[in-house]
Amino acid sequence: MSTQQQEPETQEAPEDPEMKGAQSPQDRRLAEKESGAIDEESEKKAELEGETVHIKVFRYDPEVEGKQEPRFDDFHVPFEKGMTVLDAVIYARDEYDSSLTFRHSCRQAVCGSDAFFINGKQRLACKTQLSELEQPVRIEPLPHQEVVKDLVVDMGHFYDQMHAVEPYFQDEDTPEVSDLEEQHQSPENREKIKMSSRCIWCGACMSSCNIAAGDNQYLGPAAINKAYKFAMDDRESEEIKEHRLRILEQEHGVWRCQTQFSCTEVCPKDIPLTEHIQELKREAVKKNLKFW
Amino acid sequence: MSQSYNRGLVEDFGRWKEFTAGMWAWIFHKFTGWMLIGYLFTHIAVLSTAIGAAGDTAAIQAETDIYTTTIQGLEELFIVRVLEVGLLAVAVFHILNGLRLLMVDLGIGLEAQDKSFYASLILTGVITVASVPTFMKGVGF
Ligand code: HEM
Ligand code: SF4
Ligand code: FES
Repeated sequence: MSTQQQEPETQEAPEDPEMKGAQSPQDRRLAEKESGAIDEESEKKAELEGETVHIKVFRYDPEVEGKQEPRFDDFHVPFEKGMTVLDAVIYARDEYDSSLTFRHSCRQAVCGSDAFFINGKQRLACKTQLSELEQPVRIEPLPHQEVVKDLVVDMGHFYDQMHAVEPYFQDEDTPEVSDLEEQHQSPENREKIKMSSRCIWCGACMSSCNIAAGDNQYLGPAAINKAYKFAMDDRESEEIKEHRLRILEQEHGVWRCQTQFSCTEVCPKDIPLTEHIQELKREAVKKNLKFW
Repeated sequence: MSQSYNRGLVEDFGRWKEFTAGMWAWIFHKFTGWMLIGYLFTHIAVLSTAIGAAGDTAAIQAETDIYTTTIQGLEELFIVRVLEVGLLAVAVFHILNGLRLLMVDLGIGLEAQDKSFYASLILTGVITVASVPTFMKGVGF
């Protein structure tokens, strides 16, 4: 590790007064450092060491006086080939500002904890290559969720919607133990629900959805997709499927979807969300039209 | 404690540069749908002048009745001709994208939803341009 790191600079105050940070002691210290010693020297060093990536990270903390007004902090992170946005914020946290807060765990698009709003789009930070992004890379918490601190948002509402569709297998008639100990699914049926089962609960889709933004009760793409996984599973009985469709066809269910495709566009697991929602709409209509 | 950092609708739509095809299609469809409703009422208002003109056969024959003069007066205006071209563009886009939405509702070709939107746009453009000589006849074309 090199000992000569660039200090983070605080950003010039943006025009938007909402974003203007109050002067905190930290701000002042940083400003002093910036004017004094951030200097050409360390900048030249950074150049010698190789490229740096300029990231702008959203900062906000209701518990710290100087951070109650949202603002953006700039970090210049040494670039390495294959570096992701998550790598960059981890570096910024470890080397520059240990108070920088965000969720992450697996670093391989499995746990779903690091969906951020990166350069105007919901993306999974660990799955987004810095080299693909225009600089400065702007990193914000997911829109339409309450911000707890920095990049951490309150996922409570998202999880509530996920649970509202009863995302668990619920067939009363499990096969006779003597007969079969497992409930096998046909390969075809498995194939049908395969994509829907890839969801990692990251919340990117919900955050991107214009309808979900305006209607807090809307189940949202992820929950509907979750319902799809179970409704399309052949092993559940017809009655349970009907029960599932009754939940989905409610006022704030599938019919809120206006096929804007925003969710499908952002899903890091490439789940065809709109397609699944549309199929459930048709299933719901078919159920109600059934007169035979 | 969490607190709302609500960037609101204004900011959502302020991000129009980041919209993708599906979102544009939705916005244009709303816009054109309501434009067509607006036109429908204007259309009814103009056609209603025919009620006042009814019965006066002599005036109708002489083309001096209120309905004929209203229509002729409107059609003489350059701006009305331009608006007619606009109306055609709006209607054609609404119909083409309406067919696209129909396919989307039926679950057909959802992977190509962006391409079908661009195709609707291009076709609308072509049909609109092709219509210009007809609509503009007598007012400079
Ligand atoms: C062949 C002709 C037409 C087709 C294929 C068509 C198709 C459609 C479809 C599929 C939608 C639903 C969009 C969605 O799923 O969200 C829609 C919405 C609408 N259409 Fe049409 N349409 C046609 C003609 C018209 C006409 C003539 C008018 C007006 C007089 C009109 C006014 C509207 C309006 C106001 C909406 C609702 C827009 C909104 O969501 O606020 N359409 N159209
Ligand atoms: S459907 Fe995709 S975008 Fe939505 S929560 Fe699941 S993985 Fe994330
Ligand atoms: S850190 Fe687990 S999904 Fe990104």
